[in-house]
Amino acid sequence: MIRLDRVSKSFGERHVLRDCSVEVAKGETLVVIGSSGTGKSTLLRTIIGLETPDDGQVLVDGQDVHELSEKGLRAMRARMGYLFQSGALINWLTVGENVALPLREGGRAPADEIARRAERALDMVGLAGTKDLMPGQLSGGMRKRAGLARSIVTEPEIILYDEPTTGLDPVTAHIIDRLIVDMKAKLGVTSVVVSHDMEGVYRVADRVAMLYDGRVIATGTPSEFRDAADPIVRQFVHGALEGPLGRENRP
Amino acid sequence: MKWLLRAFEGAGYTAFLLGRAARFWFRKPRMAATAKLMYDSGLKSLPVVAIVAFFSGMILCLQTGLAVARYGETEVLGLVVAQTFAREFGPFMTCIILVGTVVSAYAAEIGTMTVSEETDALRVMSIDPVGYLAAPRVLSLTVMALLLTLCADLVGMLGGSVVASAQLGLPYGIFWDRALESLEGGEWFGLPRDLYGGLLKAALMGYVIAGIGCAQGLRAGGGALGVGRCVRRAVISSIVMILVISYNFSWLIYRAFGDS
Repeated sequence: MIRLDRVSKSFGERHVLRDCSVEVAKGETLVVIGSSGTGKSTLLRTIIGLETPDDGQVLVDGQDVHELSEKGLRAMRARMGYLFQSGALINWLTVGENVALPLREGGRAPADEIARRAERALDMVGLAGTKDLMPGQLSGGMRKRAGLARSIVTEPEIILYDEPTTGLDPVTAHIIDRLIVDMKAKLGVTSVVVSHDMEGVYRVADRVAMLYDGRVIATGTPSEFRDAADPIVRQFVHGALEGPLGRENRP
Repeated sequence: MKWLLRAFEGAGYTAFLLGRAARFWFRKPRMAATAKLMYDSGLKSLPVVAIVAFFSGMILCLQTGLAVARYGETEVLGLVVAQTFAREFGPFMTCIILVGTVVSAYAAEIGTMTVSEETDALRVMSIDPVGYLAAPRVLSLTVMALLLTLCADLVGMLGGSVVASAQLGLPYGIFWDRALESLEGGEWFGLPRDLYGGLLKAALMGYVIAGIGCAQGLRAGGGALGVGRCVRRAVISSIVMILVISYNFSWLIYRAFGDS
């Protein structure tokens, strides 16, 4: 369903992605792991067309996202949801208005149906009764869940999650992981999750890909990753101090 | 050379944004948001515009009056104050105030949204940030710049007439007669050229400076520091553009198409 084919992306002198290739099958949850700054978020952003690769192709159902017209890209994005790290709620709209925003702007449904679907999405993420609150009144975990409600309100086929549990307490992180699994079970969505949190990876992943130095260096099931022989994968998965990762940061 | 390239890039993006925002006014007008912005950003600037205009009118009238009183020509004060405000001072002063009160706020608001990925969230939802954020802001400031300039012109003349009467012994009636006489000529839709020239100039300035604020906000990057940088750039670029528009518009209306 999603295929990145030798994608490269640089910001000035900094090469973030180098010939990065990975595939995600329909209905699959792929978790992309890797150290900070290895290009995980950039990878997600290229899938949804927020970043244009310098080289390579990003194909969704065989269509190159970056060759699409403005109208085509809008149609493609309508099939996708994106959960930002911070939730990225519009701060002058209430939670309910934020969740209803993609439906209201899409002009596809009458007002009462929009309100009903927004409330249902909030209910699905465990935020029933919060529609009149402002984003500033929510905790970090609630913001992420509200962001998730906004991502699923259009019932997308694909959801991209950018570090959905970073900065959350273990219980809230577990709740978010449960939601990701539920999205797949209830809506049958294809998911790409960017994460550092190995416990969460084991809970949600069908398959895991590890990014290192802008390239995918390993893919496999969570259990294959747990027992990986590759020293980089092994060190990351077990959070070991000794190994090839993070040498540049050591005293 | 890098800064020059970035300046051209910024100017190009601002021009693109201004064109696109104007397209959205007709394609998807957001009247409720525009009206709220007109109140929030424009009408709330009215007190400061009125105070500055009143005192500016007083200062202009006092300084000019002291000079011309030596020749017994205080009757020209109405003409001087009216012409100065209607042609140049009203639009210039109003838009400079709007840069400080509104354009900087636009850049900061949108810049903060950009660095916190809210504008990306809009794009992901297939909502064009130019249509959603910039178009209502540009329209509201275009209209409010014009209306506030009209207020500034009137209040400035009022300030001038108070000083002319109280300090220089010129009766109100003569001041206002001379002021209104001086504004006659070159009518267009019933408005004298000096007045509509100034008001159109203010609207154009409002349109451009609002576009600069929004464009800088949408191009912000690098966290809180980046937001501060984009606000500074928006203020500097807006002030420069006000000067450029002020001169060129005056040349256009009084030299190219006028008879002065």
